[in-house]
Amino acid sequence: MKSGSNLEKVLKAGHFAFTGELGPPRGTDAEEVRKKAAFLKGNVDAVNITDNQTAMVRMSSWAASLLIMQEGLEPNYQMVCRDRNRLAMQADILGASALGIRNMLCLSGDHQQFGDHPSAKGVFDIDSMQLIYMVKKMRDESKFLGGADIHEPPKMFIGAAANPFAEPFEWRVHRLAKKINAGVDFIQTQCIYNMDKFRKWVKQANDMGLTEKVYILAGVTPMKSIGMARYMKAKVPGMDVPDEIIKRLQGAGKGKVAAEGINIACEQIEEFKEMQGLAGVHLMAIEWEHKVPEIAEQAKVLPRPVIE
Amino acid sequence: MIVAQRKPFEEIMNMLKGYKKVLNVGCGTCVAVCLAGGEKEVTVLNTELDMARKLKDNPIKIDGITIERQCDREYLAELDSKVDDYEAVVSMACGVGVQFLAERFPQIPVYPMVDTSGLAANQAVGWYEERCRSCNQCVLGMTGGICPVTMCAKGIYNGPCGGTNNGSCEIDTEQPCAWFMIYERLERQGRLDNILELHAPVEWLDQTPRTLVQPGYKKVDPEDLV
Ligand code: SF4
Ligand code: SF4
Repeated sequence: MKSGSNLEKVLKAGHFAFTGELGPPRGTDAEEVRKKAAFLKGNVDAVNITDNQTAMVRMSSWAASLLIMQEGLEPNYQMVCRDRNRLAMQADILGASALGIRNMLCLSGDHQQFGDHPSAKGVFDIDSMQLIYMVKKMRDESKFLGGADIHEPPKMFIGAAANPFAEPFEWRVHRLAKKINAGVDFIQTQCIYNMDKFRKWVKQANDMGLTEKVYILAGVTPMKSIGMARYMKAKVPGMDVPDEIIKRLQGAGKGKVAAEGINIACEQIEEFKEMQGLAGVHLMAIEWEHKVPEIAEQAKVLPRPVIE
Repeated sequence: MIVAQRKPFEEIMNMLKGYKKVLNVGCGTCVAVCLAGGEKEVTVLNTELDMARKLKDNPIKIDGITIERQCDREYLAELDSKVDDYEAVVSMACGVGVQFLAERFPQIPVYPMVDTSGLAANQAVGWYEERCRSCNQCVLGMTGGICPVTMCAKGIYNGPCGGTNNGSCEIDTEQPCAWFMIYERLERQGRLDNILELHAPVEWLDQTPRTLVQPGYKKVDPEDLV
Protein backbone atom coordinates (compact mmCIF):
# COMPACT_ATOMS: atom_id res chain seq x y z
CA MET A 1 0.00 0.00 0.00
CA LYS A 2 1.34 3.37 -0.96
CA SER A 3 -0.94 5.41 1.24
CA GLY A 4 -3.46 3.03 2.77
CA SER A 5 -6.31 5.30 1.72
CA ASN A 6 -9.76 3.88 1.28
CA LEU A 7 -9.67 4.84 -2.38
CA GLU A 8 -6.43 2.96 -2.87
CA LYS A 9 -7.83 -0.10 -1.10
CA VAL A 10 -11.04 -0.07 -3.14
CA LEU A 11 -9.14 0.20 -6.40
CA LYS A 12 -6.54 -2.36 -5.43
CA ALA A 13 -9.22 -4.84 -4.48
CA GLY A 14 -10.59 -4.46 -8.01
CA HIS A 15 -13.82 -2.70 -7.13
CA PHE A 16 -15.27 -0.11 -9.48
CA ALA A 17 -14.53 3.09 -7.57
CA PHE A 18 -17.00 5.92 -7.18
CA THR A 19 -15.74 9.30 -6.00
CA GLY A 20 -17.51 12.58 -5.39
CA GLU A 21 -16.65 16.22 -5.12
CA LEU A 22 -17.27 19.03 -2.69
CA GLY A 23 -16.47 22.71 -3.08
CA PRO A 24 -15.54 24.48 0.18
CA PRO A 25 -17.53 27.60 1.08
CA ARG A 26 -16.57 31.22 0.51
CA GLY A 27 -16.59 31.85 4.22
CA THR A 28 -16.05 30.07 7.48
CA ASP A 29 -19.28 28.10 7.63
CA ALA A 30 -18.15 24.62 8.66
CA GLU A 31 -21.78 23.59 8.89
CA GLU A 32 -22.18 24.08 5.14
CA VAL A 33 -19.33 21.63 4.54
CA ARG A 34 -20.86 19.13 6.94
CA LYS A 35 -24.26 19.43 5.27
CA LYS A 36 -22.83 18.74 1.84
CA ALA A 37 -20.75 15.90 3.28
CA ALA A 38 -23.85 14.24 4.68
CA PHE A 39 -25.20 13.70 1.15
CA LEU A 40 -21.98 12.05 0.09
CA LYS A 41 -21.43 9.82 3.08
CA GLY A 42 -21.80 6.13 2.28
CA ASN A 43 -22.34 6.93 -1.40
CA VAL A 44 -18.75 7.52 -2.51
CA ASP A 45 -15.29 6.13 -1.72
CA ALA A 46 -13.58 9.49 -1.47
CA VAL A 47 -14.49 13.13 -1.95
CA ASN A 48 -12.44 15.62 -3.93
CA ILE A 49 -12.07 18.85 -2.01
CA THR A 50 -11.44 21.59 -4.51
CA ASP A 51 -8.64 24.12 -4.05
CA ASN A 52 -9.70 27.72 -4.76
CA GLN A 53 -11.74 26.37 -7.64
CA THR A 54 -12.00 28.67 -10.69
CA ALA A 55 -9.49 30.93 -8.93
CA MET A 56 -12.05 32.13 -6.38
CA VAL A 57 -10.95 32.32 -2.77
CA ARG A 58 -12.53 29.62 -0.67
CA MET A 59 -11.92 27.85 2.59
CA SER A 60 -8.61 26.06 2.19
CA SER A 61 -8.74 22.62 0.77
CA TRP A 62 -6.90 20.92 3.64
CA ALA A 63 -9.18 22.54 6.22
CA ALA A 64 -12.34 21.41 4.43
CA SER A 65 -10.70 17.99 4.03
CA LEU A 66 -10.36 17.78 7.80
CA LEU A 67 -13.98 18.81 8.29
CA ILE A 68 -15.23 15.95 6.12
CA MET A 69 -12.87 13.51 7.81
CA GLN A 70 -14.59 14.41 11.07
CA GLU A 71 -17.81 13.39 9.33
CA GLY A 72 -16.35 10.01 8.46
CA LEU A 73 -15.60 10.72 4.81
CA GLU A 74 -12.31 10.34 3.04
CA PRO A 75 -10.98 13.43 1.27
CA ASN A 76 -9.10 13.64 -1.97
CA TYR A 77 -7.16 16.79 -1.23
CA GLN A 78 -6.81 18.92 -4.35
CA MET A 79 -3.78 21.15 -4.77
CA VAL A 80 -3.25 23.62 -7.58
CA CYS A 81 0.07 25.06 -8.72
CA ARG A 82 -1.33 28.55 -9.12
CA ASP A 83 -1.31 29.63 -5.48
CA ARG A 84 1.76 28.12 -3.86
CA ASN A 85 5.44 27.66 -4.46
CA ARG A 86 7.33 24.45 -3.78
CA LEU A 87 8.03 25.36 -0.17
CA ALA A 88 4.40 26.00 0.68
CA MET A 89 3.28 22.93 -1.25
CA GLN A 90 5.66 20.58 0.50
CA ALA A 91 4.77 22.08 3.86
CA ASP A 92 1.07 21.54 3.15
CA ILE A 93 1.68 17.99 1.96
CA LEU A 94 3.50 17.16 5.20
CA GLY A 95 0.76 18.79 7.24
CA ALA A 96 -2.00 17.05 5.30
CA SER A 97 -0.37 13.67 5.72
CA ALA A 98 0.25 14.28 9.42
CA LEU A 99 -3.46 15.01 9.85
CA GLY A 100 -4.44 11.79 8.09
CA ILE A 101 -5.16 12.96 4.56
CA ARG A 102 -4.16 10.11 2.25
CA ASN A 103 -5.19 11.10 -1.29
CA MET A 104 -4.24 14.15 -3.22
CA LEU A 105 -4.98 15.44 -6.68
CA CYS A 106 -2.27 17.44 -8.42
CA LEU A 107 -3.61 20.17 -10.72
CA SER A 108 -2.32 23.20 -12.59
CA GLY A 109 -5.27 25.32 -11.52
CA ASP A 110 -7.38 27.66 -13.62
CA HIS A 111 -5.64 30.87 -14.53
CA GLN A 112 -6.09 33.55 -11.86
CA GLN A 113 -7.69 35.77 -14.49
CA PHE A 114 -10.92 33.76 -14.16
CA GLY A 115 -11.39 34.39 -10.49
CA ASP A 116 -12.16 37.13 -8.03
CA HIS A 117 -8.55 38.33 -7.82
CA PRO A 118 -7.74 38.46 -11.53
CA SER A 119 -4.48 40.36 -11.14
CA ALA A 120 -3.05 38.18 -8.41
CA LYS A 121 0.38 36.84 -9.18
CA GLY A 122 0.09 33.30 -10.47
CA VAL A 123 2.82 31.24 -8.87
CA PHE A 124 3.30 28.19 -11.11
CA ASP A 125 6.68 27.61 -9.53
CA ILE A 126 6.18 24.00 -10.54
CA ASP A 127 3.49 22.62 -12.85
CA SER A 128 1.06 19.78 -12.24
CA MET A 129 3.38 17.24 -13.82
CA GLN A 130 6.25 18.34 -11.61
CA LEU A 131 3.94 18.34 -8.58
CA ILE A 132 3.18 14.65 -9.18
CA TYR A 133 6.90 14.00 -9.39
CA MET A 134 7.54 15.95 -6.21
CA VAL A 135 4.90 14.12 -4.14
CA LYS A 136 6.17 10.79 -5.37
CA LYS A 137 9.72 11.72 -4.48
CA MET A 138 8.61 12.79 -1.02
CA ARG A 139 6.63 9.60 -0.51
CA ASP A 140 8.86 6.97 -2.10
CA GLU A 141 12.33 8.39 -1.59
CA SER A 142 11.71 10.32 1.63
CA LYS A 143 13.29 13.32 0.00
CA PHE A 144 12.21 16.89 -0.40
CA LEU A 145 12.35 18.27 -3.89
CA GLY A 146 15.55 20.06 -2.89
CA GLY A 147 17.13 16.72 -2.00
CA ALA A 148 17.18 16.78 1.82
CA ASP A 149 15.85 13.80 3.75
CA ILE A 150 12.35 13.77 5.17
CA HIS A 151 11.92 12.30 8.60
CA GLU A 152 8.66 10.31 8.33
CA PRO A 153 7.63 10.88 4.70
CA PRO A 154 4.04 11.68 3.73
CA LYS A 155 1.73 8.88 2.67
CA MET A 156 -0.29 9.96 -0.32
CA PHE A 157 -2.20 8.22 -3.06
CA ILE A 158 -1.29 10.47 -5.95
CA GLY A 159 -3.94 11.59 -8.36
CA ALA A 160 -4.07 13.87 -11.37
CA ALA A 161 -6.55 15.05 -13.94
CA ALA A 162 -6.64 14.20 -17.61
CA ASN A 163 -8.54 15.86 -20.39
CA PRO A 164 -9.22 13.27 -23.09
CA PHE A 165 -10.80 15.82 -25.43
CA ALA A 166 -8.48 18.76 -25.81
CA GLU A 167 -6.70 19.25 -29.11
CA PRO A 168 -4.28 17.99 -30.24
CA PHE A 169 -6.13 14.74 -29.53
CA GLU A 170 -3.12 12.60 -30.52
CA TRP A 171 -1.15 14.21 -27.71
CA ARG A 172 -3.63 13.24 -24.99
CA VAL A 173 -2.37 9.69 -24.41
CA HIS A 174 1.21 10.88 -24.46
CA ARG A 175 0.37 13.38 -21.79
CA LEU A 176 -1.23 10.59 -19.78
CA ALA A 177 1.93 8.52 -20.20
CA LYS A 178 3.97 11.48 -19.03
CA LYS A 179 1.89 11.73 -15.86
CA ILE A 180 2.29 8.01 -15.26
CA ASN A 181 6.05 8.31 -15.63
CA ALA A 182 6.01 11.24 -13.24
CA GLY A 183 4.43 8.94 -10.66
CA VAL A 184 0.67 9.27 -10.70
CA ASP A 185 -1.41 6.46 -9.15
CA PHE A 186 -4.88 7.44 -10.34
CA ILE A 187 -6.48 9.74 -12.86
CA GLN A 188 -9.79 11.53 -12.78
CA THR A 189 -10.83 12.74 -16.20
CA GLN A 190 -12.50 15.93 -17.33
CA CYS A 191 -16.31 15.65 -17.51
CA ILE A 192 -17.17 13.35 -20.38
CA TYR A 193 -19.99 14.08 -22.79
CA ASN A 194 -18.43 13.05 -26.07
CA MET A 195 -18.52 9.28 -25.62
CA ASP A 196 -17.10 8.46 -29.05
CA LYS A 197 -14.00 10.45 -28.43
CA PHE A 198 -13.66 9.10 -24.93
CA ARG A 199 -13.89 5.49 -26.16
CA LYS A 200 -11.12 6.27 -28.63
CA TRP A 201 -8.94 7.74 -25.93
CA VAL A 202 -9.41 4.78 -23.60
CA LYS A 203 -8.64 2.41 -26.46
CA GLN A 204 -5.41 4.26 -27.18
CA ALA A 205 -4.53 4.13 -23.50
CA ASN A 206 -5.26 0.39 -23.48
CA ASP A 207 -3.19 -0.17 -26.59
CA MET A 208 -0.25 1.66 -25.05
CA GLY A 209 -0.56 -0.42 -21.89
CA LEU A 210 -1.25 2.69 -19.83
CA THR A 211 -4.43 1.47 -18.19
CA GLU A 212 -2.44 -1.29 -16.54
CA LYS A 213 -0.21 1.26 -14.88
CA VAL A 214 -2.77 3.71 -13.56
CA TYR A 215 -6.35 3.64 -12.31
CA ILE A 216 -8.58 5.77 -14.51
CA LEU A 217 -11.79 7.22 -13.12
CA ALA A 218 -14.12 8.62 -15.75
CA GLY A 219 -15.43 12.12 -14.98
CA VAL A 220 -19.19 12.53 -14.96
CA THR A 221 -21.19 15.69 -14.39
CA PRO A 222 -24.94 15.45 -14.89
CA MET A 223 -26.43 18.39 -16.75
CA LYS A 224 -28.89 20.28 -14.59
CA SER A 225 -30.39 22.32 -17.38
CA ILE A 226 -30.17 23.15 -21.07
CA GLY A 227 -28.54 26.45 -20.13
CA MET A 228 -25.78 24.63 -18.28
CA ALA A 229 -25.14 22.38 -21.27
CA ARG A 230 -24.98 25.36 -23.60
CA TYR A 231 -22.68 27.22 -21.25
CA MET A 232 -20.35 24.25 -20.88
CA LYS A 233 -20.21 23.84 -24.63
CA ALA A 234 -19.55 27.48 -25.41
CA LYS A 235 -17.69 28.86 -22.45
CA VAL A 236 -15.73 26.24 -20.55
CA PRO A 237 -12.28 25.71 -22.06
CA GLY A 238 -11.47 22.10 -22.81
CA MET A 239 -15.09 20.91 -22.56
CA ASP A 240 -16.55 18.86 -25.41
CA VAL A 241 -20.36 18.80 -25.38
CA PRO A 242 -21.89 17.23 -28.51
CA ASP A 243 -25.12 18.69 -29.87
CA GLU A 244 -26.98 15.42 -29.31
CA ILE A 245 -26.66 15.92 -25.54
CA ILE A 246 -28.32 19.31 -25.83
CA LYS A 247 -31.00 17.90 -28.16
CA ARG A 248 -31.75 15.09 -25.76
CA LEU A 249 -32.16 17.52 -22.87
CA GLN A 250 -34.40 19.70 -25.02
CA GLY A 251 -36.54 16.68 -25.83
CA ALA A 252 -37.08 15.84 -22.18
CA GLY A 253 -39.95 18.25 -21.77
CA LYS A 254 -40.80 20.79 -19.12
CA GLY A 255 -39.68 19.98 -15.61
CA LYS A 256 -37.88 16.82 -16.70
CA VAL A 257 -34.59 18.21 -17.96
CA ALA A 258 -32.64 17.60 -14.76
CA ALA A 259 -33.94 14.04 -14.53
CA GLU A 260 -32.89 13.49 -18.12
CA GLY A 261 -29.45 14.87 -17.27
CA ILE A 262 -29.20 12.27 -14.54
CA ASN A 263 -30.42 9.55 -16.93
CA ILE A 264 -27.67 10.43 -19.36
CA ALA A 265 -25.09 10.36 -16.57
CA CYS A 266 -26.30 6.97 -15.33
CA GLU A 267 -26.24 5.48 -18.81
CA GLN A 268 -22.67 6.69 -19.12
CA ILE A 269 -21.77 5.13 -15.80
CA GLU A 270 -23.31 1.82 -16.92
CA GLU A 271 -21.09 1.87 -19.97
CA PHE A 272 -18.00 2.87 -17.96
CA LYS A 273 -18.50 -0.09 -15.64
CA GLU A 274 -18.08 -2.39 -18.63
CA MET A 275 -15.37 -0.44 -20.41
CA GLN A 276 -12.01 -2.16 -20.44
CA GLY A 277 -9.33 0.00 -18.89
CA LEU A 278 -11.55 1.99 -16.54
CA ALA A 279 -11.37 1.63 -12.78
CA GLY A 280 -14.18 3.85 -11.66
CA VAL A 281 -16.19 7.02 -11.99
CA HIS A 282 -15.63 10.45 -10.54
CA LEU A 283 -18.94 12.23 -10.09
CA MET A 284 -18.67 16.00 -10.09
CA ALA A 285 -22.07 17.17 -8.92
CA ILE A 286 -20.88 20.53 -7.67
CA GLU A 287 -23.59 22.52 -5.89
CA TRP A 288 -25.79 19.49 -6.51
CA GLU A 289 -24.50 17.37 -3.66
CA HIS A 290 -28.02 16.59 -2.46
CA LYS A 291 -28.61 14.69 -5.70
CA VAL A 292 -25.67 12.36 -5.16
CA PRO A 293 -27.61 9.70 -3.18
CA GLU A 294 -30.22 9.54 -5.93
CA ILE A 295 -27.60 9.38 -8.69
CA ALA A 296 -25.58 6.72 -6.89
CA GLU A 297 -28.76 4.69 -6.43
CA GLN A 298 -29.87 5.02 -10.02
CA ALA A 299 -26.33 4.29 -11.28
CA LYS A 300 -26.36 1.10 -9.19
CA VAL A 301 -23.04 1.75 -7.50
CA LEU A 302 -24.37 1.11 -4.00
CA PRO A 303 -23.52 -0.10 -1.49
CA ARG A 304 -19.92 1.09 -1.51
CA PRO A 305 -17.41 -1.57 -0.58
CA VAL A 306 -16.01 -1.49 2.94
CA ILE A 307 -12.46 -2.75 3.15
CA GLU A 308 -10.58 -3.25 6.36
CA MET B 1 14.48 44.90 -28.28
CA ILE B 2 13.13 46.35 -25.07
CA VAL B 3 9.68 47.82 -25.53
CA ALA B 4 7.91 50.40 -23.45
CA GLN B 5 4.89 52.62 -23.56
CA ARG B 6 4.50 56.17 -22.39
CA LYS B 7 2.90 56.49 -18.99
CA PRO B 8 -0.61 57.92 -18.76
CA PHE B 9 -0.44 61.72 -19.00
CA GLU B 10 -2.27 62.14 -15.68
CA GLU B 11 0.39 60.15 -13.90
CA ILE B 12 3.15 62.20 -15.50
CA MET B 13 1.47 65.49 -14.59
CA ASN B 14 1.13 64.27 -11.04
CA MET B 15 4.78 63.28 -10.76
CA LEU B 16 5.94 66.64 -12.01
CA LYS B 17 3.47 68.91 -10.29
CA GLY B 18 6.02 70.28 -7.81
CA TYR B 19 8.69 71.13 -10.39
CA LYS B 20 9.20 74.19 -12.54
CA LYS B 21 12.40 73.35 -14.37
CA VAL B 22 12.89 69.86 -15.72
CA LEU B 23 15.14 68.08 -18.22
CA ASN B 24 13.57 65.31 -20.29
CA VAL B 25 16.12 62.77 -21.49
CA GLY B 26 15.21 60.53 -24.41
CA CYS B 27 16.99 57.38 -25.44
CA GLY B 28 17.95 56.72 -29.04
CA THR B 29 17.97 52.94 -28.97
CA CYS B 30 15.17 50.44 -28.13
CA VAL B 31 12.54 52.90 -26.94
CA ALA B 32 13.16 55.06 -30.00
CA VAL B 33 12.56 52.09 -32.29
CA CYS B 34 9.35 51.18 -30.49
CA LEU B 35 8.13 54.78 -30.67
CA ALA B 36 8.01 55.36 -26.93
CA GLY B 37 11.00 57.44 -25.89
CA GLY B 38 13.13 58.69 -28.75
CA GLU B 39 13.77 62.23 -29.84
CA LYS B 40 10.34 62.65 -31.39
CA GLU B 41 8.51 61.38 -28.32
CA VAL B 42 10.54 63.72 -26.11
CA THR B 43 9.40 66.68 -28.18
CA VAL B 44 5.78 65.54 -28.13
CA LEU B 45 5.70 65.00 -24.37
CA ASN B 46 7.42 68.31 -23.69
CA THR B 47 4.94 70.17 -25.87
CA GLU B 48 2.00 68.51 -24.14
CA LEU B 49 3.41 69.25 -20.70
CA ASP B 50 4.14 72.81 -21.61
CA MET B 51 0.59 73.37 -22.81
CA ALA B 52 -1.07 71.54 -19.96
CA ARG B 53 0.90 73.43 -17.32
CA LYS B 54 0.20 76.78 -18.97
CA LEU B 55 -3.50 75.93 -18.86
CA LYS B 56 -3.16 75.32 -15.14
CA ASP B 57 -1.40 78.64 -14.65
CA ASN B 58 1.60 76.76 -13.42
CA PRO B 59 4.10 76.94 -16.26
CA ILE B 60 7.00 74.53 -16.44
CA LYS B 61 10.27 74.98 -18.25
CA ILE B 62 11.02 71.62 -19.78
CA ASP B 63 13.99 71.03 -22.03
CA GLY B 64 14.70 67.94 -24.05
CA ILE B 65 17.80 66.02 -25.00
CA THR B 66 18.07 62.57 -26.52
CA ILE B 67 21.22 60.57 -26.05
CA GLU B 68 22.22 57.45 -27.94
CA ARG B 69 21.75 55.03 -25.01
CA GLN B 70 20.95 55.64 -21.38
CA CYS B 71 22.25 52.23 -20.36
CA ASP B 72 25.77 53.26 -21.30
CA ARG B 73 28.08 55.53 -19.27
CA GLU B 74 29.80 56.87 -22.35
CA TYR B 75 26.58 58.52 -23.51
CA LEU B 76 25.33 59.52 -20.09
CA ALA B 77 28.50 61.58 -19.70
CA GLU B 78 27.01 64.07 -22.14
CA LEU B 79 24.59 65.07 -19.40
CA ASP B 80 27.20 65.74 -16.71
CA SER B 81 27.40 69.45 -17.40
CA LYS B 82 23.65 69.88 -17.84
CA VAL B 83 21.60 68.20 -15.12
CA ASP B 84 22.49 70.53 -12.29
CA ASP B 85 20.59 73.32 -14.02
CA TYR B 86 17.34 71.45 -13.33
CA GLU B 87 15.17 70.59 -10.32
CA ALA B 88 14.44 67.15 -11.69
CA VAL B 89 15.29 64.91 -14.60
CA VAL B 90 12.76 62.72 -16.35
CA SER B 91 13.72 59.82 -18.55
CA MET B 92 11.96 58.24 -21.45
CA ALA B 93 14.30 55.25 -21.46
CA CYS B 94 13.44 51.76 -20.30
CA GLY B 95 13.77 50.89 -16.62
CA VAL B 96 17.45 50.09 -17.10
CA GLY B 97 18.18 53.49 -18.58
CA VAL B 98 16.25 55.32 -15.88
CA GLN B 99 18.21 53.55 -13.16
CA PHE B 100 21.54 54.12 -14.78
CA LEU B 101 20.73 57.77 -15.15
CA ALA B 102 19.59 58.04 -11.52
CA GLU B 103 22.74 56.25 -10.41
CA ARG B 104 24.96 58.71 -12.22
CA PHE B 105 23.19 61.74 -10.78
CA PRO B 106 22.22 60.71 -7.26
CA GLN B 107 21.85 64.36 -6.23
CA ILE B 108 18.80 64.93 -8.39
CA PRO B 109 15.30 63.35 -8.50
CA VAL B 110 14.76 61.19 -11.58
CA TYR B 111 11.33 60.09 -12.84
CA PRO B 112 10.34 57.46 -15.41
CA MET B 113 8.10 58.61 -18.23
CA VAL B 114 7.46 55.18 -19.73
CA ASP B 115 6.33 51.79 -18.49
CA THR B 116 8.76 49.16 -19.64
CA SER B 117 6.90 46.06 -20.71
CA GLY B 118 9.43 43.56 -21.97
CA LEU B 119 11.57 42.02 -24.66
CA ALA B 120 9.59 42.07 -27.83
CA ALA B 121 9.65 41.74 -31.58
CA ASN B 122 8.45 44.25 -34.10
CA GLN B 123 5.42 42.71 -35.81
CA ALA B 124 4.71 45.88 -37.78
CA VAL B 125 5.19 49.57 -37.16
CA GLY B 126 3.75 50.33 -33.74
CA TRP B 127 2.92 46.70 -32.96
CA TYR B 128 5.21 44.71 -30.73
CA GLU B 129 4.88 41.28 -29.21
CA GLU B 130 6.71 40.00 -26.19
CA ARG B 131 8.83 36.94 -26.80
CA CYS B 132 11.29 36.54 -23.93
CA ARG B 133 11.29 36.97 -20.16
CA SER B 134 15.06 36.58 -19.88
CA CYS B 135 14.78 33.46 -17.74
CA ASN B 136 18.51 32.86 -18.00
CA GLN B 137 18.24 29.25 -19.19
CA CYS B 138 16.78 29.19 -22.64
CA VAL B 139 14.73 26.12 -23.58
CA LEU B 140 13.83 27.20 -27.10
CA GLY B 141 15.88 24.31 -28.48
CA MET B 142 13.57 21.87 -26.78
CA THR B 143 10.33 23.67 -27.58
CA GLY B 144 10.77 24.25 -31.28
CA GLY B 145 11.61 27.92 -30.89
CA ILE B 146 8.48 28.89 -28.93
CA CYS B 147 9.02 30.27 -25.44
CA PRO B 148 6.88 28.55 -22.82
CA VAL B 149 7.89 31.04 -20.17
CA THR B 150 6.59 34.02 -22.10
CA MET B 151 3.94 32.63 -24.41
CA CYS B 152 2.17 30.29 -21.96
CA ALA B 153 -0.05 32.16 -19.51
CA LYS B 154 1.10 29.83 -16.73
CA GLY B 155 4.69 29.64 -17.87
CA ILE B 156 4.69 25.87 -17.51
CA TYR B 157 7.32 23.50 -18.86
CA ASN B 158 5.13 20.40 -19.26
CA GLY B 159 2.16 21.71 -21.18
CA PRO B 160 -0.41 22.05 -22.38
CA CYS B 161 -2.51 22.43 -19.24
CA GLY B 162 -6.08 21.18 -19.06
CA GLY B 163 -7.43 24.54 -20.22
CA THR B 164 -6.02 24.40 -23.74
CA ASN B 165 -8.90 25.21 -26.01
CA ASN B 166 -8.73 24.15 -29.68
CA GLY B 167 -5.44 25.91 -30.17
CA SER B 168 -6.25 28.86 -27.91
CA CYS B 169 -5.16 29.50 -24.37
CA GLU B 170 -7.78 29.20 -21.66
CA ILE B 171 -7.39 32.89 -20.84
CA ASP B 172 -8.55 34.17 -24.23
CA THR B 173 -9.63 32.69 -27.54
CA GLU B 174 -7.48 35.34 -29.25
CA GLN B 175 -4.37 34.12 -27.44
CA PRO B 176 -2.80 31.02 -29.01
CA CYS B 177 -1.91 28.22 -26.58
CA ALA B 178 1.87 28.13 -26.52
CA TRP B 179 1.93 24.41 -25.87
CA PHE B 180 -0.43 23.70 -28.71
CA MET B 181 1.97 25.56 -31.00
CA ILE B 182 4.96 23.78 -29.50
CA TYR B 183 3.29 20.43 -30.15
CA GLU B 184 2.41 21.33 -33.73
CA ARG B 185 5.88 22.53 -34.56
CA LEU B 186 7.71 19.62 -32.98
CA GLU B 187 5.30 17.19 -34.59
CA ARG B 188 5.97 18.70 -38.01
CA GLN B 189 9.70 18.42 -37.39
CA GLY B 190 9.40 14.86 -36.11
CA ARG B 191 10.82 15.93 -32.76
CA LEU B 192 7.97 15.09 -30.35
CA ASP B 193 10.35 13.02 -28.27
CA ASN B 194 11.65 16.36 -27.00
CA ILE B 195 8.59 16.71 -24.82
CA LEU B 196 7.72 13.10 -24.02
CA GLU B 197 9.85 13.09 -20.88
CA LEU B 198 9.09 15.08 -17.77
CA HIS B 199 10.79 18.45 -17.71
CA ALA B 200 12.14 18.59 -14.16
CA PRO B 201 11.17 21.46 -11.85
CA VAL B 202 13.00 24.59 -12.91
CA GLU B 203 15.78 26.01 -10.81
CA TRP B 204 14.79 29.65 -11.32
CA LEU B 205 17.76 31.83 -12.10
CA ASP B 206 15.98 35.15 -12.43
CA GLN B 207 15.24 35.93 -8.82
CA THR B 208 18.27 37.82 -7.64
CA PRO B 209 19.95 40.73 -9.41
CA ARG B 210 22.01 39.18 -12.14
CA THR B 211 25.48 40.25 -13.12
CA LEU B 212 27.01 38.95 -16.27
CA VAL B 213 30.68 39.00 -17.11
CA GLN B 214 31.62 37.53 -20.49
CA PRO B 215 34.51 35.10 -20.68
CA GLY B 216 37.79 36.94 -21.00
CA TYR B 217 36.46 40.01 -19.16
CA LYS B 218 36.29 40.95 -15.53
CA LYS B 219 34.54 43.39 -13.25
CA VAL B 220 36.29 46.72 -12.81
CA ASP B 221 36.33 48.84 -9.68
CA PRO B 222 33.44 51.30 -10.15
CA GLU B 223 35.78 54.08 -9.00
CA ASP B 224 37.75 53.58 -12.18
CA LEU B 225 34.70 54.05 -14.38
CA VAL B 226 33.78 57.44 -15.68
S1 SF4 C 1 13.21 30.26 -22.58
FE1 SF4 C 1 12.01 32.05 -23.09
S2 SF4 C 1 12.36 33.46 -21.40
FE2 SF4 C 1 13.95 31.94 -21.30
S3 SF4 C 1 15.62 32.88 -22.45
FE3 SF4 C 1 14.52 31.55 -23.88
S4 SF4 C 1 13.05 32.92 -24.85
FE4 SF4 C 1 13.79 33.98 -23.03
S1 SF4 D 1 -3.86 26.92 -22.33
FE1 SF4 D 1 -1.80 26.64 -23.18
S2 SF4 D 1 -0.84 28.68 -23.11
FE2 SF4 D 1 -2.67 28.76 -21.84
S3 SF4 D 1 -1.91 28.33 -19.78
FE3 SF4 D 1 -2.55 26.37 -20.63
S4 SF4 D 1 -0.73 25.50 -21.60
FE4 SF4 D 1 -0.30 27.65 -21.21
